[in-house]
Amino acid sequence: MKLTLKIWRQKNSQDKGKMVEYKLNDVSADMSFLEMLDVLNEELTLKGEDPVAFDHDCREGICGMCSLYINGKPHGPKQTTTCQLHMRSFNDGDTIYIEPWRAKAFPVVKDLAVDRGAFDRIIQAGGYISVNTGVTVDANEIPIAKEIADKAFDAATCIGCGACVAACKNASAMLFVSAKVSQFTLLPQGKAERKRRVEAMVEQMDEEGFGACTNTGACAAECPKEISLENIARLNREYLFAKLTSNNV
Amino acid sequence: MTLDAKIPEGPLSEKWSKHKFNLKLVNPANKRKYDIIVVGTGLAGASAAASLAELGYNVKVFCFQDSPRRAHSIAAQGGINAAKNYQNDGDSIYRLFYDTVKGGDYRAREANVHRLAEVSVNIIDQCVAQGVPFAREYGGLLSNRSFGGAQVSRTFYARGQTGQQLLLGAYSALSRQVATGKVKLYTRTEMLDLVLVDGKARGIVTRNMVTGAIESHSAHAVLLCTGGYGNVFFLSTNAMGSNVTATWRAHKKGAYFGNPCFTQIHPTCIPVSGAHQSKLTLMSESLRNDGRVWVPREKEDAEKIRKGTLKANDLSEEKRYYFLEERYPSFGNLVPRDVASRNAKLVCDDQLGVNSEGQAVYLDFRDAIKRDGEDTIRAKYGNLFDMYQQITDENPYKVPMKIYPAVHYTMGGLWVDYNLMTTVPGCYALGEANFSDHGANRLGASALMQGLADGYFVIPYTIGDYLANMPATKVDASHPEFKKAEEEVKQRINTLLSINGQKTVDEYHKELGKIMWDYCGMARNEKGLQFAKQRIAEIKAEFWKNVKVTGNNEEFNQSLEKALRVADFIELGALMVEDALQRKESCGGHFREEYQTEDGEAQRDDNNFAHVAAWEYKGDDQPEVLHQEKLVFENVKLTQRSYK
Amino acid sequence: MSTQTIQKKTWYVNLLTSTLGRKFIMAGTGLFLVLFLAVHLIGNLQLLIPDEGKTFNEYAHFMGHNKFIQAISVGNFFFILLHIAYSFALTRYNISARPQQYAYAKTNNSSWTSRNMMILGTLVLIFIVVHLQAFWAKSKFGGLEPISYNGVEHHNLYLATKIAFAEWWIVLLYVVSMIALAFHLSHGVASAFQTLGLNHVKYTPLIKVFGYAFAIIVPFLFALIPVWMFIAQNM
Repeated sequence: MKLTLKIWRQKNSQDKGKMVEYKLNDVSADMSFLEMLDVLNEELTLKGEDPVAFDHDCREGICGMCSLYINGKPHGPKQTTTCQLHMRSFNDGDTIYIEPWRAKAFPVVKDLAVDRGAFDRIIQAGGYISVNTGVTVDANEIPIAKEIADKAFDAATCIGCGACVAACKNASAMLFVSAKVSQFTLLPQGKAERKRRVEAMVEQMDEEGFGACTNTGACAAECPKEISLENIARLNREYLFAKLTSNNV
Repeated sequence: MTLDAKIPEGPLSEKWSKHKFNLKLVNPANKRKYDIIVVGTGLAGASAAASLAELGYNVKVFCFQDSPRRAHSIAAQGGINAAKNYQNDGDSIYRLFYDTVKGGDYRAREANVHRLAEVSVNIIDQCVAQGVPFAREYGGLLSNRSFGGAQVSRTFYARGQTGQQLLLGAYSALSRQVATGKVKLYTRTEMLDLVLVDGKARGIVTRNMVTGAIESHSAHAVLLCTGGYGNVFFLSTNAMGSNVTATWRAHKKGAYFGNPCFTQIHPTCIPVSGAHQSKLTLMSESLRNDGRVWVPREKEDAEKIRKGTLKANDLSEEKRYYFLEERYPSFGNLVPRDVASRNAKLVCDDQLGVNSEGQAVYLDFRDAIKRDGEDTIRAKYGNLFDMYQQITDENPYKVPMKIYPAVHYTMGGLWVDYNLMTTVPGCYALGEANFSDHGANRLGASALMQGLADGYFVIPYTIGDYLANMPATKVDASHPEFKKAEEEVKQRINTLLSINGQKTVDEYHKELGKIMWDYCGMARNEKGLQFAKQRIAEIKAEFWKNVKVTGNNEEFNQSLEKALRVADFIELGALMVEDALQRKESCGGHFREEYQTEDGEAQRDDNNFAHVAAWEYKGDDQPEVLHQEKLVFENVKLTQRSYK
Repeated sequence: MSTQTIQKKTWYVNLLTSTLGRKFIMAGTGLFLVLFLAVHLIGNLQLLIPDEGKTFNEYAHFMGHNKFIQAISVGNFFFILLHIAYSFALTRYNISARPQQYAYAKTNNSSWTSRNMMILGTLVLIFIVVHLQAFWAKSKFGGLEPISYNGVEHHNLYLATKIAFAEWWIVLLYVVSMIALAFHLSHGVASAFQTLGLNHVKYTPLIKVFGYAFAIIVPFLFALIPVWMFIAQNM
């Protein structure tokens, strides 16, 4: 199939950037979206032009490295990661807009690659259970109801890609933060630090400049791992409870 | 230099505890005077960095991804083995040890493997304490499944995302240490050289992938936790960024490379769909529990299927060749990975392949669906079927899946002693980056176990022994050795940028990959390997004359990153071929066609090849020198595998 | 880590200025205003009792002279202002979280209402100003005809209402505003529960039904009053 691509090009974080149009003539429906970009980049390289920079790594939908805001949606028209999106989701002659995630907290590194270090800093603020290596009890001494373990798992499947931020009109990171808070709040191992954790993670989230949640639900609708809005509610009540009852004045 | 594996004396089951006691300790107050560099943030790297920081060392961590959470350990699906015997089905540390040595076709060190089995139980405790949400039974206790043909249920899992959950556990422990300031994290930073001062590893040279800055980092020890080198084949199940550069650079600085030709080919991957293919996707081998593997019995039928004039479902039962079931009546479709892979290749070589490229066999669930109903199959494999359909646009409930083997894991890696130290003092290799525990073939659900064992429970002990013997004085990053290494790196980058030839990096990478796959893949022979050796030398020469790398160093330049990696892959490819030539036997993932039984099975030569091949780099365009570490088996009896 | 200070400001300042804290204020005040709407509607529906406004005027008199109600009404004004002030602050903050907009954005992943609460809220605000100026200010600061029931002097608020709702454009303004209110509530009610963390598999579906029902019924009845009174006078 033939495609017209309108791609955001920006040399570095200081550059202003603009949309640039490219044509591709021989795209196979079996290609993944990123393979289509590989083909474009090979053509650009042979012409001596700068290939389009984009983040990607595992290409099997789990590392969370790929991003791309495709035709107005994070990870494109399907609820999956960009690396798992195939060109059969498009038609011959289509024009495809490709932009980076847009958020103050995710500055553009180059072209379509952004810096998601803010997510790492939120985890560093409290997204863990404070246990040192080795000082643990036997794994089966902590029984956890299957239902709870499954719920914690569902929250823990977040891949940290940032599609929630990209989709949200407020560039809010609530779905990401709530998934991690939920995982540890649900599990007995995480209960000891629950107040400190949620206070610290929200504090960091605000510091990074993510917007506030207005419950539009766009994040969950676009999340490739189908993280539920229930987690955001849990984060809300955990935070309120912690703020009102912790000893942290 | 003779290879000393430093295996402790004494009975097998006491070696590790005795060794731990004999290792020197660094006084807690002194630990903060030592700096340790960890390269890579997968299971091995993240767990090592977190554990060492907890002990009090100053740790610097590097990864090329934008976040440590993205390392490719995240993609492991199946599970992690541990000898917990929670199922009361006769598992024990010794059984896990035995299975691993046997599964590795007797090319692994007994002592290492036993230690791995011993600490496997601690790993599960550790991960649960960190909040890893393993699968559980209704009673609230951990659930296990049997995996990869094991006769006991010892595999712990978190749906099909065990690697992800374990890595996020290690990543959270690492993040906690970043917050305390004990770990300094460098993302989007790639190690480009190892620096030795007075014969000891004292630091690395890195490139900041955003600004292009070439920087030196000094430390008292360097840990390479940079994973495997499967991407030498271009197409593999590895992540696009996975590369050999860190370990290859260490190799060129004196670290011997162990068993480079031992690669694992996974039988159930989604086949290549065309020239544009950039990577291969693995599907859990649990699919073989219910799927039947077949190809058409007649070439004519296969031909029609390839052309699309005949549909698989229209082929009658007697025209189907269930080659695994026929050749291996007792194991059938459940033969080990290497056997399943090789047989798929054989039938495709006989022109019985079933996709347009002729490189695929069927994995058919028709009979299982007929027997158990579609709902049962959906409950077991629903997510895998969905993934297959998403990628191939075919519905595996209605038409048979097409599968083909793909490169999945590399058992070879930097040679390390019992302490995980390479032949460069102070330079360690952990996880898939080292050669140690899997011999010639890795069992399912053992890679995660090894990565975490090395990082959480081995290196925190063994590194102390090295550091306790060296003064805490620091080497400045402006030391001439660092400057020299920086200059060499800059030189290499400038050369690549200035060639401005006619072919892209990917074109060379694909060419190399094809040679490796055809001649150093599932089956190898003298003639093919000799041909590959010559072709790789040609590719290398051409690469350095004709590659085209755009842009400059002082920017985010993905084509430069690739060029640096592929340059090292080409050199590694040559060594893999050399190693495969040298190993005149068949074992595990290494199948030399000259050495097979009358039934076409792998034939080991324990008299001449029960050794680790450790290669020493002698300089560009010099042949590498082979050193052998004899493997001594005191506890297991060497037997020929048979799955008939 | 445990000894590290988590927040840079005193806890309550932190709570009230964090993104989540601001949302709690929005949700809390919003739910209070929902209650107010319900009470206000019960009062207003008395306009439709065919007794020439006696019941309604007596009710207005009671509301205007009861100390407790007066205290609540001060709170009510405060909460309305808080709701408005926080909404402006939050919206500004949220806009700043994405300094560069997308060239091409599709929005079928969320409802139009949820994305445009600010616009709907502003329409309602304009309405409130007009509404207060027309009725509340007059009853508070004079400008209404007196009427006497059982010897006690009352303001004839009913009469003022009747006169106002004889004008078609005022009726139209009310109806349009109530439609805006309906949409505002259709997202706001359930959303407030979510913000306060009240989400449960059993109750959330009920809360959503309640939210929609409230959003349809209450503004409909509010809008019915001017329409009814207009029809009664002009037809």
